[in-house]
Amino acid sequence: MHNTTYHKASSAAEAAALLSGADDGVLLAGGQTLIPTMKQRLAAPSDLVDISGIGEMKGICVDGSTVTIGAMTTHAEVAASPELRAVCPSLADLAGHIGDPAVRHKGTLGGSVANNDPAADYPAAMMALNATIKTDKREVPADDFFQGMFTTALDEGEMIVSVTFEAPSKGAYAKFPNPASRYAMCGVYVAQGASGVRVAVTGAGEDGVFRSSDMEAALASDFSAGALDGVSVSADGMLSDIHGDAAYRANLVKVMAKRAVAAAG
Amino acid sequence: MSEGIGAAVKRKEDKRFTTGAGRYTDDIRLENQAYAAFVRSPHAHAKVTGIDKSAAEAKDGVLAVLDGKQLTGDGIGNIICGWAITSKDGSPMNMGAWSALATDTVRYVGDAVVAVVAETAAQAREAAEAVVVDYEELPVAAHIEAAVADGAPQIHDNAPGNVIYDWEIGELDTTDTAIAGAAHVTEMDITNNRLSPNAMEPRAAITKYDAAEDHYTLYTTSQNPHVARLVLSAFYAVAPEHKLRVIAPDVGGGFGSKIYIYPEEIVCLWAAMKTKRSIKWTADRTEAFLTDAHGRDHVTTAKMGFDASGNIVGFKVSTKANFGAYMSLFSSAVPTYLYATLLSGTYNIPNIYCEVLAVYTNTVPVDAYRGAGRPEASYLVERMMETAAREMGKDPAELRRQNFIKEFPHQTPVIMNYDSGDFEGNLNQAMEAADWSGFEARKAESAARGKLRGIGMSCYIEACGIAPSAAVGSLGAGVGLWESAEVRVNPVGTIEILTGSHSHGQGHETTFAQVVADRFGVPLDSVQIVHGDTDKVQFGMGTYGSRSGPVGMSAIVKALDKVEAKVKKIGAHLLEEPEENIVIEEGTVKATGTNKALGWHEIGLAAYTAHNLPPDMEPGLKEGAFYDPLNFTFPMGCFICEVEVDPDTGKTEILKFVASDDFGVIINPMIVEGQVHGGIAQGVGQALLEEVVYDESGQQLSASYMDYTMPRADDVPSYDVLHHNTKCTTNPLGIKGCGEAGAIGSPPAVINAITNAIGNNDLSMPATPSKVWAALAASKIAAE
Repeated sequence: MHNTTYHKASSAAEAAALLSGADDGVLLAGGQTLIPTMKQRLAAPSDLVDISGIGEMKGICVDGSTVTIGAMTTHAEVAASPELRAVCPSLADLAGHIGDPAVRHKGTLGGSVANNDPAADYPAAMMALNATIKTDKREVPADDFFQGMFTTALDEGEMIVSVTFEAPSKGAYAKFPNPASRYAMCGVYVAQGASGVRVAVTGAGEDGVFRSSDMEAALASDFSAGALDGVSVSADGMLSDIHGDAAYRANLVKVMAKRAVAAAG
Repeated sequence: MSEGIGAAVKRKEDKRFTTGAGRYTDDIRLENQAYAAFVRSPHAHAKVTGIDKSAAEAKDGVLAVLDGKQLTGDGIGNIICGWAITSKDGSPMNMGAWSALATDTVRYVGDAVVAVVAETAAQAREAAEAVVVDYEELPVAAHIEAAVADGAPQIHDNAPGNVIYDWEIGELDTTDTAIAGAAHVTEMDITNNRLSPNAMEPRAAITKYDAAEDHYTLYTTSQNPHVARLVLSAFYAVAPEHKLRVIAPDVGGGFGSKIYIYPEEIVCLWAAMKTKRSIKWTADRTEAFLTDAHGRDHVTTAKMGFDASGNIVGFKVSTKANFGAYMSLFSSAVPTYLYATLLSGTYNIPNIYCEVLAVYTNTVPVDAYRGAGRPEASYLVERMMETAAREMGKDPAELRRQNFIKEFPHQTPVIMNYDSGDFEGNLNQAMEAADWSGFEARKAESAARGKLRGIGMSCYIEACGIAPSAAVGSLGAGVGLWESAEVRVNPVGTIEILTGSHSHGQGHETTFAQVVADRFGVPLDSVQIVHGDTDKVQFGMGTYGSRSGPVGMSAIVKALDKVEAKVKKIGAHLLEEPEENIVIEEGTVKATGTNKALGWHEIGLAAYTAHNLPPDMEPGLKEGAFYDPLNFTFPMGCFICEVEVDPDTGKTEILKFVASDDFGVIINPMIVEGQVHGGIAQGVGQALLEEVVYDESGQQLSASYMDYTMPRADDVPSYDVLHHNTKCTTNPLGIKGCGEAGAIGSPPAVINAITNAIGNNDLSMPATPSKVWAALAASKIAAE
């Protein structure tokens, strides 16, 4: 690891100030991607601004069916929240299957969403739940937030504060883990709620998380796994790597979508 | 005897291993210690046209920036392969030059070019990044097919067409004739996937140079420190043998990868002399993927002929073996004498012919990895047998049973002479434990849940305890493969065993002590095993090929025989009884038919005080022995694997795994069971998960755990480990060895089970979900 200067911020405002004052600073949330990248000397920020301890950016608030989760809430906290589980068990389950216990106790929702790893789980959840990503400057709908592999609507220095969504009446996430990394080789989040049926796919697409309009249309009239039988998923635009080609991933999209619908009930 | 042979005593060494008190190479810090980092080639094949060290030399803490021209200029020799193989046409193998630091050409990604020595590890790494190497890229052959293609890039000038050797064994004519006249011929193309060894402890070295004595010390992660010293002095001319001490302290796994002498140890020894500093180098995991010798990587075409009643009449095999960019220490022996000599399997095969084309590629050198040649042989034979049974509509167990070797000793057409075994006994025991006859009902139950259930077996045999020195010498080995031992009984009666074997996880400190406890009835705690230090221990050959039991312990037994004889002479003298009446029981030296006895410690004391010894007897109680094996040993067994495949995703789950092995006499059943568990996990890893993948440009796409799939606890089932042992007839304890069997026998059992489940024999390892899904899709298309 190259030398870096570590700062611990106690508020979002302080973090923003520290970041703007740094030469080549970056925000440090749970560090589950950034720290390994730095250890491999692939990233060498001059300053790390640690926002994981900022109280105003942590915690889960459920108000009726409206759920707000602070960006620095860890996966373990999301998985263990009885309030969240009462209204949206599918998201709690998703969080409980990210990485391993060490990852879940350090990694944060905001960090994952901001990183937009094409194989991460949360981006699919945010899209399927039609979440709003609240930053220190504005609010962005998930559909506009995720803009391709490792790319988001976040501007330089902009920081996610929380995410908000309406709990769906039905929802489930089905993941086929990559055999080596255990990231999603294909993860499909299906939600049926006020904004209709939304199907978001992670891990499979060349361009990161995406929604499947064909599946959404099929499920809108018949929310059952069988409704997806007639939907064909094209291999065009699917990732291909040493773990599986595009045709295999296209197959997984359909299989995982059916499993998610079946699990959503 | 609760601590002797056959007792499942807990491992003595685990106290330090499980409490963090182990002493591995990287735990050692020498005075005045500096650190080395290596500049490695990012290209798979390139000319080195210039090296600019100035920026690196100007960095903080840098002590030296050293290149290959300096290394060879100081007379450091090239890295060699120690086993000479002769081609069909009588020509010697074409060994290309391998300098520890590349002088003018780099031949794989990771090839070391420059070494930087600095005060701290971080400074060394920082400076290594500042070295500017100019490369002129050359065309790359990253795979066997690319290396043997017309117009392929030439990797070493003295290996035309990238061929190292074109070797054969067996009788071509009789085999061809037998197969031509066969009632059925099974033909298969089989690939044995390339693996990375992934020892838990990465390789490391610490070197020290004493200028006043002109003496060198090397602490290193070695499976065979004496061989390292011999090769470093005799061939690499780093230091004279008597001026070099090699210490291999606690070593965290090897699986073969720590047999060899790598560039880093050579460079660090030489650099210690250049800088007059002690130097530490520890590989990180990426360096391990890029530089540890890989395993397997065979491409084979085979034909097996059967007569009308199902007896095998001939087996013809043509294999291409990937050697990587350079010939590693024992690389040449792996796809020849450790592979083709096992092609008879457990079967009576009258005619066998095998040819092996050894090929250079622009990849990491390939050498022995747990099983070394034998997993490749057993995978080939057992997949052929399974496929043949399916093609002929025969029961796979019955086809094997019909062809089993049933009388011993048995001479195969490919050198090996099997001394013992009961192949059918293991098959029967495994089938019963696996409830083979109940499979169809279980398959129906899976089908009702939409899953595909399959069952497969493997009746492997392997060769351990390598090997009679004169025999291996006649086959090209540059060394003898005996083992040494010394037994020191101290004046107070405690015992030290100095062994040339090396323990890097195998539990020698326990099992070797059990042999001593068994012989003399002394407590296990009074026996200490000393190994891994060339200054303490007499020359020995080290640990690989499951040889520490059959060969290493046999040397100990020979030395114990001598100690026992002297103890009896002293006892007879002191007890004033005839020597033939003296017995050693439960730590006491007794005269039978009398109540006269001496405590074990009294014998030791008598030997060292020497006040009252028999006339002409030398004082002391210390004996040494060298044991040269009479034959290989032949562990064998039957593995049965039952799987369930999810047809939607292609994911395989192993539901049951039965291993019934014949290991001969077992010293510690708990340790043996652990070896079987670990071996099967590695075999399951090869069958389902692991593969080193290179792209066409020679970049390793699988050089981290994000992409190289190691078996995890939830990938493997709870195994049923059984034994049906027959005593080995060629060594004093009757041991066959158990260290590699699990990795050798399990891959074909797993693949045979999956191909049974999906109804398609065309499936290669690793059987990843995507591959199984594609094979399933192909078999559906074929059925339509």
